[in-house]
Amino acid sequence: MGLLANFQISGSAISAQSMRLNTTASNMANAETVASSEQEAYRARETVFQSYLYDKARPAEAGVAMLGVVESAAAIRTQYDPENPLANEQGYVFTSNVDTVEEMVNMLSSSRSYQNNVEVLNTSKELMVRTLSLGN
Amino acid sequence: MSIIDRAFSIHDDAMILRSHRTSILAANIANADTPDYKARDMDFSSMLKQAATGQGNKLNMARTNESHLSAGSAHIDPDIKYRNPLHASLDGNTVDSHVEQAKFSENAVQYQTSLTMLNGKIRGLNLAIKGQ
Repeated sequence: MGLLANFQISGSAISAQSMRLNTTASNMANAETVASSEQEAYRARETVFQSYLYDKARPAEAGVAMLGVVESAAAIRTQYDPENPLANEQGYVFTSNVDTVEEMVNMLSSSRSYQNNVEVLNTSKELMVRTLSLGN
Repeated sequence: MSIIDRAFSIHDDAMILRSHRTSILAANIANADTPDYKARDMDFSSMLKQAATGQGNKLNMARTNESHLSAGSAHIDPDIKYRNPLHASLDGNTVDSHVEQAKFSENAVQYQTSLTMLNGKIRGLNLAIKGQ
């Protein structure tokens, strides 16, 4: 489909990357969240991407789709804090398993990818506009 | 081959192929974080050779009369190949976003070159038509 397909391709990537940024934001926000049991504790979430074909006849022009969100299987930490209203009978609270360093890296990576795709969109738009004024 | 076809020579084919290539490279950049995605590209020069010699999968319009103009459609099926990755990554993705960015801007510049060439040809034709 040519240049027009780029809007779909890069657009899907931008939306997928912004989902990833959202997930990172929610992980960072909940890094210090505590709960009274291991089941209730916040687990870091991560998005899984999949390539997505708009047109089966054009296998090389694939966009990005979100396959889903998975929860991290990393261990939940316990903290002795008997003063906390959420503490269990033994005086422990269960903190999230968010790794803030990992989340920061994730955030930088997704914001860079987002910028890349915006740049691709801008260039494609510029090329299209110049093509439309061909012969003028 | 009509005079207009001849005036545009290879530049219209080149532009179509370049615009296909923009999409392929845009898809590579879009899938830079997709696990198991394999970067693709097309062999531009061989594709252009095919298009120029009419060996490509060009859909030509049927001509029922000798004096009809021949008009090939814009449809050229690009011959797409997988890129050889410079280094392996653990998630099976072979996109190197810097390489793709470089190729994308190179392709964009070459697209604009074709545009400029075509613009020049059109200006020349216009001049010939108007005769002033």
